[in-house]
Amino acid sequence: MSNIEDILRRYRSGSHDSLIPILQEVQAEEGFIPEEAIVKIGSFLGMSTTKIYGLATFYDQFRFVPFGKVHLRICNGTTCFINGSTPIINAVKEAFGTDPGQTTRDGRFSFELTSCMGGCNEGPVMRVGDDYYSHLRSEDIPEMVRKLKTLADLQ
Amino acid sequence: MKENPGNGVRKFLIEEVLRHHSDTLKPETKKRLSEIRREKPSIPVIYVNTGTAAVISGALKSAGAIEEYLTDLAIKAEVVRVGCHGPASFEPIVCIHLPGKNKLIFRNITEDKVESLLNGVFHNDMPEEDLVAQDGNTGFEAWQGIPFINEIPWFRLQKRVILSNCGFYNPCSIEEYIARGGYLQFLKTVRNYTYEEVCDIIEKSGLRGRSGGGFKTGLKWKYALNASSDNRYMICNAKESDPGAYTDRTVLEGDPHRLIEGICIASYAVGASTAIIFLKAGAVHSLEKLERALEAARDYGLTGHNIFSSGFNLEIIIRNEAGAFVCGEETALIGSLEGKRGMPELKPPYPTTSGLYGKPTVINNVETLMNVPLIMEHGPEWFRSMGTEGSKGTKLFSIAGRGRLIGLVEVEMGTTFRTIVEGIADGIKEGRAFKTLQIGGPSGTFLTEKNLDIPVDYEALREAGTAMGSGGLVIVDDTTCMVDLVRYYMGFIHKESCGKCIPCREGTGRMLEILENVIRKPHTEDSNATLERFKGVMQLETIASVMKDTSLCGLGQTAPNPFISALNNYREEFEEHIFDRRCRANVCRGLRTFSIDVDKCTGCTACASKCPTNAIYGTRLQPFFIVDDKCIGCGICFDICKFSAISVK
Repeated sequence: MSNIEDILRRYRSGSHDSLIPILQEVQAEEGFIPEEAIVKIGSFLGMSTTKIYGLATFYDQFRFVPFGKVHLRICNGTTCFINGSTPIINAVKEAFGTDPGQTTRDGRFSFELTSCMGGCNEGPVMRVGDDYYSHLRSEDIPEMVRKLKTLADLQ
Repeated sequence: MKENPGNGVRKFLIEEVLRHHSDTLKPETKKRLSEIRREKPSIPVIYVNTGTAAVISGALKSAGAIEEYLTDLAIKAEVVRVGCHGPASFEPIVCIHLPGKNKLIFRNITEDKVESLLNGVFHNDMPEEDLVAQDGNTGFEAWQGIPFINEIPWFRLQKRVILSNCGFYNPCSIEEYIARGGYLQFLKTVRNYTYEEVCDIIEKSGLRGRSGGGFKTGLKWKYALNASSDNRYMICNAKESDPGAYTDRTVLEGDPHRLIEGICIASYAVGASTAIIFLKAGAVHSLEKLERALEAARDYGLTGHNIFSSGFNLEIIIRNEAGAFVCGEETALIGSLEGKRGMPELKPPYPTTSGLYGKPTVINNVETLMNVPLIMEHGPEWFRSMGTEGSKGTKLFSIAGRGRLIGLVEVEMGTTFRTIVEGIADGIKEGRAFKTLQIGGPSGTFLTEKNLDIPVDYEALREAGTAMGSGGLVIVDDTTCMVDLVRYYMGFIHKESCGKCIPCREGTGRMLEILENVIRKPHTEDSNATLERFKGVMQLETIASVMKDTSLCGLGQTAPNPFISALNNYREEFEEHIFDRRCRANVCRGLRTFSIDVDKCTGCTACASKCPTNAIYGTRLQPFFIVDDKCIGCGICFDICKFSAISVK
């Protein structure tokens, strides 16, 4: 938790407008917003934790459970939708048994839907770490998930 | 102590170029600038596009492979990573400039193609199939039998003004930008003009805001300048959250310094000492390039305290938004910057009188600001000479969807959408039929085939009941179902509705529910379910009009647009879904039913064993049949049948 104190030290106590940057830094550091962090930020900024939680849930970026070891970002932009991202999303949902934004119970996988990633000529597009997978088809997903499982076990 | 060559260039650029007040430069300065621009290279120069689209196509791997090839064979050549040219379908694009020859543009150079490409180029055996064109503006020896860049429809039909730098210089290098005449307009403005004069020039040019309403930029600046206050803010809205547009992101990555110069001039014009760039969440490549560019500008003294002894101070900050579509709205954006929920407020007061922390604030979009240095350089008359009566200049569009060629284009105002779809994008992929052109993002409208002759013009679009929007154009062909597309947009808006006002929060939810009902499989088709569906459909139009009239901000007011426009233009498709329970594009899974051709079926049992709901019955080696009531329309049997005996009814 010392990380959070390091982050807070860079900001001015009591200034409410630094709330979003603080939350963004905590998320970048921890991968999610832990409950302790919300309490600490609250006492630092002089805000109630419910206010902070209310704000954090308003924005899509913040999550309250850790990422899986392997995190998938699936583009749900208009072009990917037209090129058939819905069957891909359903196939991933089925393979993991979770909804977007959740993490599997064994902590291996999580996935989220993003707006346009900018790879409209390559759609549907998925990003895992720094790697992009393009021209996806729903029948490729089970094979891909198998490969990702071995990747997750290695980590 | 040996001098660092980087420092030498920095000193030269600051002393000889930026501090130089007169318009004419010394010949030796000009020569050195031309060297920095790589105008007459003595060794081969290889330019690799590394915009987001190119990275997704594998450009970074190609660049690595090129560098490896050059080191392995000990060939002296320079590899430059540049921003995006625009045609995303050609990515990864590689341009090769051999000394004394015209620059060549190659397309789709993935990692595995690098070796054969470079072998060909260095042994004078051009791989023709990957070649797009040669750049003929440079005054070198032309290649025989290779078309020039302005002979290709993609480039010929465009007017590339904002994009003039994109793809030609390394966006991470401030030196190259200054050598191309960058930041001189900012310094000229600070030295020669007063605040009002800059606002006047921009007003005279007729520049209008490039996102949404199309408000006159010069006028907006004047309002903020004339509001009495001790401090003002300039905000660059780079939060492009339309799910199908990538214009701002691409220009920002391809030419970040021009955006910064535009922000500097705009901040000076409105008298702001703090400028904030509000950047889209998750745009990692944009953030990295922008941060490096800002750092370089600070290092050169182009931002900070007392810029080049002019007495003008400016601090530019990047703020990452946290992922809420509604924050593109001005008042919601300000709320988000102040650390609140991004919810729209009632206007007036407008942000130009009371914005961020209650101070006058100007919010401009990336594309608008990119125009500013160009207007200061060429003058307002030059800008007025482009475009139509009411809309001056050019407009960027990101073409996406099912076009044969897609990517970022810049056209002069007044160009028709037909030129864009049929000329620049070269029609539809795989020879399919054009269905509609979606313009203006998730709250935009649809242009039908016969409406394509509308010109790109604020007023003409308003008359046609639509708006310019953010610049996203989605080409839709007959493989897409209109009802499903409208449902997708409604789902998006419903998720992004901030929840402050009831018409938007509840209206989007109800409309989504009704649309989902229309495409759902009629499992329990008892009288009640049917009645509910029809009742909902009858109410859709009423809900839409109430939302339009009573929502607080633009998000809710425009949310029913896709639905209304689709219903007006593609009513028969909606009726087919509702009455005939049929989807002509075969997209709506719930409405698909399959049947087995008894003559073709061999009774192999492949389909029956894979059917997830056991809806296929039959005896081995006899024709099988499908029970419609059990079928969920997943299509697994259709994909698995080797004898094409299964067809969609």
